[in-house]
Amino acid sequence: MNRFDYVRAGSVAEAVAAAAEPGAVYLAAGTNLLDLMKGSIARPGRLVDVTHLPGLDRIDHLPGGGVRIGALVRNSDLAYDPDFAKSHPAVAEALLSGASAQLRNAATVAGNLLQRTRCPYFYDPASACNKRDPGAGCDARGGETRLHAVLGWSEHCIATHPSDFCVPLVSLDAVVEVEGTSGAREVPLDALHRLPEDRPDRETVLEPGDLIVALRLPAEAAGFAGHSRYLKVRDRTSYAFAVVSASASLRLEGGRIGEARLALGGVALKPWRARAAEAALTGAEPTERSFARAAEAALAEARPSGDNAFKIELARRLIVRTLTLAADGTPERMPALPASAFSGDALHA
Amino acid sequence: MPDIAYEQARHGSSIGQPLTRRDGLLKVTGAATYAADNRPEGLLHAVLAVSRIARGRVVGLDVAAAKAHPGVVEVMTGANAPKLAQDPDAKENPFMFRLDLLQNDRVRYAHQPIAVVIAETLEAATEGAELLAPRYEVDPPGIGLDTDEPHVPEGVGAGDKTSASRGDVEAGLAQAERRVETTYETAAQYHNALEPHAVVARWEGDRLIVDTPSQALAMAKMRLAGLFGLDPKNILVRSPFLGGGFGSKGFMSGPQVLGVMAAKLVGRPVKLVLRREQMFGPVGHRGETRQTLRLGSDASGALTALDHHTLTTTSRFDDFYEPSSAISRYLYAAPAVSTRHSGVRVDTGTPLFMRAPGEASGSVALEGAIDEMAEACGLDPLEFRLRNYAEAEPISGRPFSSKALRECYAQGAARFGWDKRIAGTRSMRDPAGRLVGFGMGTALFPALMMQAEAWAEIRADGTGTVALGAHDMGQGAWTALAQIAADGLGIDLDRLDFQSGTSDLPNAGIAGGSAHTATAGSAIHSAAAAVLAQLADLATRDERSPLFGAGNAGVYARGGRLVRRDDEGRSESFSEILSRAGKTSVSAQGQGAADPASREAYAMHAHGAVFAEVSVDPDLGQIRVTRLVGAFAAGRVVNPRLVTSQYYGGMIWGVSFALHENAVVDPRSGRVMNANLGEYHVPVNADVPSIEAILVEEHDPHVNPLGIKGVGEIGITGTAGAIANAVYHATGVRVRKTPITLDRLLG
Repeated sequence: MNRFDYVRAGSVAEAVAAAAEPGAVYLAAGTNLLDLMKGSIARPGRLVDVTHLPGLDRIDHLPGGGVRIGALVRNSDLAYDPDFAKSHPAVAEALLSGASAQLRNAATVAGNLLQRTRCPYFYDPASACNKRDPGAGCDARGGETRLHAVLGWSEHCIATHPSDFCVPLVSLDAVVEVEGTSGAREVPLDALHRLPEDRPDRETVLEPGDLIVALRLPAEAAGFAGHSRYLKVRDRTSYAFAVVSASASLRLEGGRIGEARLALGGVALKPWRARAAEAALTGAEPTERSFARAAEAALAEARPSGDNAFKIELARRLIVRTLTLAADGTPERMPALPASAFSGDALHA
Repeated sequence: MPDIAYEQARHGSSIGQPLTRRDGLLKVTGAATYAADNRPEGLLHAVLAVSRIARGRVVGLDVAAAKAHPGVVEVMTGANAPKLAQDPDAKENPFMFRLDLLQNDRVRYAHQPIAVVIAETLEAATEGAELLAPRYEVDPPGIGLDTDEPHVPEGVGAGDKTSASRGDVEAGLAQAERRVETTYETAAQYHNALEPHAVVARWEGDRLIVDTPSQALAMAKMRLAGLFGLDPKNILVRSPFLGGGFGSKGFMSGPQVLGVMAAKLVGRPVKLVLRREQMFGPVGHRGETRQTLRLGSDASGALTALDHHTLTTTSRFDDFYEPSSAISRYLYAAPAVSTRHSGVRVDTGTPLFMRAPGEASGSVALEGAIDEMAEACGLDPLEFRLRNYAEAEPISGRPFSSKALRECYAQGAARFGWDKRIAGTRSMRDPAGRLVGFGMGTALFPALMMQAEAWAEIRADGTGTVALGAHDMGQGAWTALAQIAADGLGIDLDRLDFQSGTSDLPNAGIAGGSAHTATAGSAIHSAAAAVLAQLADLATRDERSPLFGAGNAGVYARGGRLVRRDDEGRSESFSEILSRAGKTSVSAQGQGAADPASREAYAMHAHGAVFAEVSVDPDLGQIRVTRLVGAFAAGRVVNPRLVTSQYYGGMIWGVSFALHENAVVDPRSGRVMNANLGEYHVPVNADVPSIEAILVEEHDPHVNPLGIKGVGEIGITGTAGAIANAVYHATGVRVRKTPITLDRLLG
């Protein structure tokens, strides 16, 4: 691990000023950053520790509906907040399907949004990676690509974004509140992460010094609470990143779908909002046929980036399943195995 | 010596009692001292720099940059590494494996050590290693089973024959009513014991003290003596606890020796601990295999022929071949059996022993092929196995020393509810609609005996000592061997001083081949018997003793007393016997080894039957093992709690083998791309919701004086195949490649 400066920020303004310098990065729980530093993937010159900033660890249910989540709220604290879990069950389920209990107890919500890809070539300093070293090339292409992207990738990068949490969030129009050198602004979560295009090193729209201080869900998000699920296919029952995941939220009106929200995880370098599928579902009957049509719409642009064509078929089936479960209704209690194919749900409506 | 508390034995015999681990409290409180917990005065930290290429040469290292980093004391490279008394590429016997010890600039596999940075802190050494920024001359690596022409090795595994056969397999296949030809592949697996290889080395002049996990203390000492040109008497290796061994700590690995070299170079104690990713290269792994089986059977479902060929990888520079076909020599009756191996040289570290080497990978293929043949014959898999039950060892024709496999089948099937299996694939569902499959496999592991020595003593105060350099890898040697010792001396456990875990004690051999309890236990038994014989001599020849005239065979020991067999009311305490004889103690040495005559006359194996239930999502292909029941017969059970734990551990490894473990190597670079525990999957608790192990009674008068067979490895065998067969039963998709991942089910 390289030598670095350590700054413990006392206020948001102090943090932003300290982190605006080249080579500086924010440190919250460090569940991802410290691993990257130990592997010399990240070699920051300065860590700006934000864990002591006051007031960023609160969950506020806003008067007009909606909820504002401080950047430092721990993943488990949010998932186990009874009011939050009731109004945003798919978000809670996604949180509890990620990582391990120990990691969830430490990791912050803002850190979760900004976690780096798990592409093994990104983690291997001896491999060429445009994300680490712009212009170096991408050794993932033509390599071991079973878990790589099938949507939104470019010849420069085929990695995926690993977050579970982001998937339902992006479908529910979450917004991040950012403080930066030129003041405060808001960024829709869907616009926070960038697709790789020709600059996969530019992972988000954040500028140097930008600090996420909160995450907000609009009042409408809770309107899906009765029909909202997150489902995650993975290579072991727990403590594994998604092969493919899906978040589906429905508002049912008189036997039809009034409004639908759908997003996918593990398929692209950002949480993938499937707006075409949402449009196809609006007004349709909640039937397998409608769901299959939505899946086709969601994956119309999908193409394998290597040896991973199975992910497209898997995503198609997963979308149908997740929509089916959402239509069945959110379970009364969080399943013992959250977001799992073995959660105990009946497989047919 | 570690401070180990005794749990009081219940009544009479210690053997057979389900005692908890005597070292359990130390471990759960963090008080057990593992190798890396040692911090001698003046300790420096060493970190390996490892190769990023799989084949070529190191042509540049920025040693100056590393040495300039604050805290770095020295950088050990080929230029300044201590010269060795023995070429680390020398191979005087098949069990001497070639090591990479910075004697040249050659790179033979990815993650091979290429330098060692020694610093005042771990952090400084780590950054120093990073700053070396090696430059390479790269040769393209050869990776995978198809990279080269296969060759026929001279031997496989631990000195097994490359091929063995009986009868005419081609004729057996030709006359068969039904034939199955099938090919299975198993992935490379890498050692990932919780405790990575670690060494704390300290030189005191010509004397060397090494704290390092070892499954073979005496061999470790001799290896170091050879490499450093030392008198073995001047070397002390201490290994009271291992955080798992599984074969990876049977031989001194290169990194462990490099720690000793580093200490020699800087003249201070040095600690070197492998980083997790450094486990994927220099410490051995299970080689990948491609196994082709050809089976024939007659109209009644009796095998007419069984041919098992294994193609496996070894390194470019050394020889170890996963002996996967060997299990077919022992298990199913067939008039014609042929077992063969061939090897391919690849640019990886040398594959080595990993828990059930050969038996684990071979069992997956054999049990799969048997399942396929049972189906071809229209027979229930259990019925098919019973019809092909071997009453004698198939190739050698020898009778078994004991074989309670029929009871294993019966008890396991009953407990599991095998009779509820519905024939035909996709025939069973759970209430939620998921596919359910039942599968089974036969478990087998040879009952081996190594060689061991032990020393025992009884003192006039009625206490006793047993000492030997045995190895506790977590399996419970501190407990089980002490139980044997207490019974052997006829004293209660709390009167026993049990010494173990260092190389200055009698050579307890190797904790491998599932033979440690049997071998070290036999040595203890023999030493204790010799002590008791001396006591009996003193008593039965002395007119003043109530035992006078009983003869040695006429007394037995219990509770610190010798008791007359013909009159249990007459007994005398050890203290009384020794005091009257004017002695403070009696002691003796004992040996444990195979009895050549009985080994010649009998085939010796532990057996078992494993039943698996899986649940498979019909659309998503996700698999979960919902139940595992294993029934095992392995002779005398020294400690049922520990034995059950060994079976559980093996069966969970079977889950890992069937569904998870897979070293993903990029063939272009030769690097393992998932060299971390986040992505190199092993099962988590949620993957093993229900597991049961049944201890089937078995008495074996031939295997060794205590009647003990090994239990450490058998649990993997049978299990992985049972799970694969259950997945097939559930889905109708026969995945002949482990791990069985969901994409392989989606087709």
